[in-house]
Amino acid sequence: MLEVSGLGCLRGERRLFAGVSFSLRPGGLIWIQGGNGSGKTTLLRTLCGLTPAMAGEVRWGGEPIRKLGEDYRRELTYIGHANGLKEDLSAAENLLAAAHLAGQQASRAEVAGALQGIGLAGREHLPVKFLSQGQRRRAALARLRLAHSRTLWLLDEPFNALDAHAVAGMRHIMEQHLAQGGMIALTTHQEVAIQATDAQALRLDEGSAG
Amino acid sequence: MKLNWFKYAAPATFYPLAGKLIPWFAWSGAILAVAGLYLSFFVAPTDFQQGESYRIIFIHVPAAWMSMFIYIVMAGWAAAGLIFNTRLSSMMASALAPTGALFTVIALWTGALWGKPTWGAWWVWDARLTSELILLFLYLGFLALHAAIDDPRRADRASAVLALVGVVNVPIIYFSVKWWNTLHQGASVSMTMAPKMAATMLLGMLVMALACWMYSIAAALARVRCIILEREQQAEWIANLAKEPT
Amino acid sequence: MMRTLRYIVSRDVLLAMRRRADVATTLFFFVIVASLFPLGVGPDPKLLRAMAPGILWVAALLASMLSLGRLFAADYADGSLEQLVLAPDPLAVVVIGKVLAHWLVSGLPLVLISPVIALQFDLPAEAIATLLLALLLGTPLLSLIGAIGAALTVGVRGGGVLVSLLVLPLYVPVLIFGAGAVDASASGMDAGGHLSILGALLLLGMALAPWATSAALRISLE
Repeated sequence: MLEVSGLGCLRGERRLFAGVSFSLRPGGLIWIQGGNGSGKTTLLRTLCGLTPAMAGEVRWGGEPIRKLGEDYRRELTYIGHANGLKEDLSAAENLLAAAHLAGQQASRAEVAGALQGIGLAGREHLPVKFLSQGQRRRAALARLRLAHSRTLWLLDEPFNALDAHAVAGMRHIMEQHLAQGGMIALTTHQEVAIQATDAQALRLDEGSAG
Repeated sequence: MKLNWFKYAAPATFYPLAGKLIPWFAWSGAILAVAGLYLSFFVAPTDFQQGESYRIIFIHVPAAWMSMFIYIVMAGWAAAGLIFNTRLSSMMASALAPTGALFTVIALWTGALWGKPTWGAWWVWDARLTSELILLFLYLGFLALHAAIDDPRRADRASAVLALVGVVNVPIIYFSVKWWNTLHQGASVSMTMAPKMAATMLLGMLVMALACWMYSIAAALARVRCIILEREQQAEWIANLAKEPT
Repeated sequence: MMRTLRYIVSRDVLLAMRRRADVATTLFFFVIVASLFPLGVGPDPKLLRAMAPGILWVAALLASMLSLGRLFAADYADGSLEQLVLAPDPLAVVVIGKVLAHWLVSGLPLVLISPVIALQFDLPAEAIATLLLALLLGTPLLSLIGAIGAALTVGVRGGGVLVSLLVLPLYVPVLIFGAGAVDASASGMDAGGHLSILGALLLLGMALAPWATSAALRISLE
């Protein structure tokens, strides 16, 4: 279970948000909303442990994530604003490298399957620099198809640059993950109806605006 | 019982405290400097080998001491800032850096002035001068890194790592340079071995060193006050400060 | 852990192989810098022989520094650095993998080509052997130290120039003992002492630099 209590963050000397509290149970989804510059990305990065919190705490299973370190990182998958793809490698090579780095066993067939499932069939072996923005985003998100064993997904604008078809595919993957007891925290500008038994929304620019 | 040290670690309480302390350090620094300069220029005897030119060591040696010492203190503050996440510690580290760099420049400058009459050249690749030069590069690196990062907290932490890496390296650099120097048969007259130090010479040097200490503390405190004002400009207590008549 | 190390090394080497021109650039830089010195100081063989150890080492220092930009900057720009930091392995392991790959791609070729450059300066065979050995010990150390500077300047404007200011002073001991070894060997003395110190520094660097680099990376990604 992910618990966030009284979280606050600064950007430079300016307060981005303060007093953010919520908890996320298995099967739970939280949609982080807010205008540009309200700190959505910073909040997600704080949840990953990339950005240290100025106030408050993030706990996983009752333990502060700072203490858990690698044990926490083993539970999570983060897909940031940047795709984290190497331009010179093909989508398949990128995905394989990402899976290995995350400590997941992935065969070439599984990688090919994940890429096909997300609509990149026939382009698996093309260097990423020849793919369009939407295709790159798909290649980055293909990691999620191999990451169902990772309980917590933190997704920063996952639907960016995706077409309607790909959005539907992503929604399906996310619903599947939630049904298996996974947890998802995501930011998005698009209205996407994801079926979840336990869905909540968090608006960041309320109260801390100014 | 917890000793209330951390009370002064808050910039808001430290700011007025530093303001009260600065005049004390500044004045004792000035008085000590006058006394030290008097001792070194009028009381200390003329050196029979080097004549009057040796008197520059009264500035050179304390400056060289300070330059190395301040680097260590700076790294200590930086480490404290990194470990305990206290803002004031990091501010102290960045307040000390320019003073340390200044003393390094003074040590190099006076070393060159002393070298001309002694060795007949403005610059000699003497072990001490060379390591002082590298120390200056380390200070400049610290200042440049701090200036290049926009977010002050990140700048503090990144330059703290650099200062710590530097502090591990300073002894290695110092000994390798020294060793390099003996190998290449560099200058044989070393500045620290001022021939036969008379008691008054030593006294003059110590008084000058104390004066440098006082100056460094006063300068660092004054600078840290500026940094506090700059970084905390949105804080309430600064707004109150501005309203108070002074 | 060893698996992660292997994957990172193979990933980075594979990436470098896709951009072979970058690797060659570093190597040619080394060759050109070393070849410019005789044009500057004159072709006197005695003078050149005396200067060769210093010239070769300074050229190696500069070449290694030049390639530091590639170490983390590209990963930072495309977001893969975040993924590396979030990998469920100690960050120091990731750093060691990246540094090892950096050395294989930019340090090792330089070591291998150095005897050819040494011939241009008419170094005796024994000194060339010492040069090889000293570079073999010294260039990994340059990559290790350089990684700290590269990690500190990731995402900083003007990082490329800044990294030289941070890293070059720290290279001084490597330069002194590396060039000292070749110098000693060229003048018929035993270079063992220099080489052992260089080896000791390498061990120290391997023990400490990955930690400093990981701390710096975490700070740069905040």
